[in-house]
Amino acid sequence: MIGALLIGLVGGVIAGLLGLGGGVIFVPGLVLLLHLGQQQAEATSLLAIVPVALVGAISHARHGNVRARDGAMVGAVALAGAALGVVLANALSGALLRDAFALLMIFVAFELARSALRRPIP
Amino acid sequence: MAERRTLKLALIGSAAGLFSGIFGVGGGSVIVPALVLSLGYNQREAAGTSLLAITMIAAFAAALQAGYGNVHVLDGVLIGVPAIVGVLIGARVARVVPHRTLALVFSAVLLAASVELILE
Repeated sequence: MIGALLIGLVGGVIAGLLGLGGGVIFVPGLVLLLHLGQQQAEATSLLAIVPVALVGAISHARHGNVRARDGAMVGAVALAGAALGVVLANALSGALLRDAFALLMIFVAFELARSALRRPIP
Repeated sequence: MAERRTLKLALIGSAAGLFSGIFGVGGGSVIVPALVLSLGYNQREAAGTSLLAITMIAAFAAALQAGYGNVHVLDGVLIGVPAIVGVLIGARVARVVPHRTLALVFSAVLLAASVELILE
C-alpha cells in the first residue's frame, strides 16, 4: 500500500517536472517495486492514468488549451486501436512484453536526454 | 482541407490507441508530437488536447484489461490519486529547477530501470 502511494506521488512529481506521461513510470514501478506481472502492471497503470489525465485535461481546458473536438475525435478513433493493443498485450508472454516495454523506456530515455542537450541553458 | 485533417486525426488516434493498449501508457508520446508536427499545434494545446484523448483511451483500455482480470484496482487508485498532487508539485518545481540536469539524471534512472526490467 505504501509502495503504491510512493509510486503515485514520486511518479507524479517526475511526470510534472519533466512533462512525461505517468505510464512510463507507473509500469516499471509496479513491476519492480510491487512485483506485478507485466500485463497486470500495464492494466493497473491504465487505471491510474485516468484521474491524472482527467485533472490535467480540466486544468488545461481552463487555460483554453484543449481543442475539444479534435481531442474527442482522437480519443474516439483510438478506442479500436486500444482494444487491439489490449488483446495483443494479453496474447504475448509477460517476458516478451516486459522486454518490449524496456525498449520503449530506453527510447524515452534517449529522447529525454536529446531534448535536454538541445535546449539552451537559460 | 477538412477531410485531410480528419484523416490525420484518425491516424493519430489509431496509432495512439494501439500504443496505449499494448504498453499500458497514455499515448501522449504519440499524440503530442503528432499534433505539433502534422497539425501545427503549439506545445500547450497539444498537451491539453492529448490529455482529453488519453482520459478516454486509458479509461476504455483499463475497462478491457479489467475484463481479463488484470487490474489491481486498489493499487491503481493509490497511484492515480496521489499522482495528481505529484504532478502539480512537479510542474511548480520545474519552473525553478534547471531542466537539463533533471532530465539527464532521470534519463539515466530510466535506463537503469529498463535494464532491471530486462533482467527481471
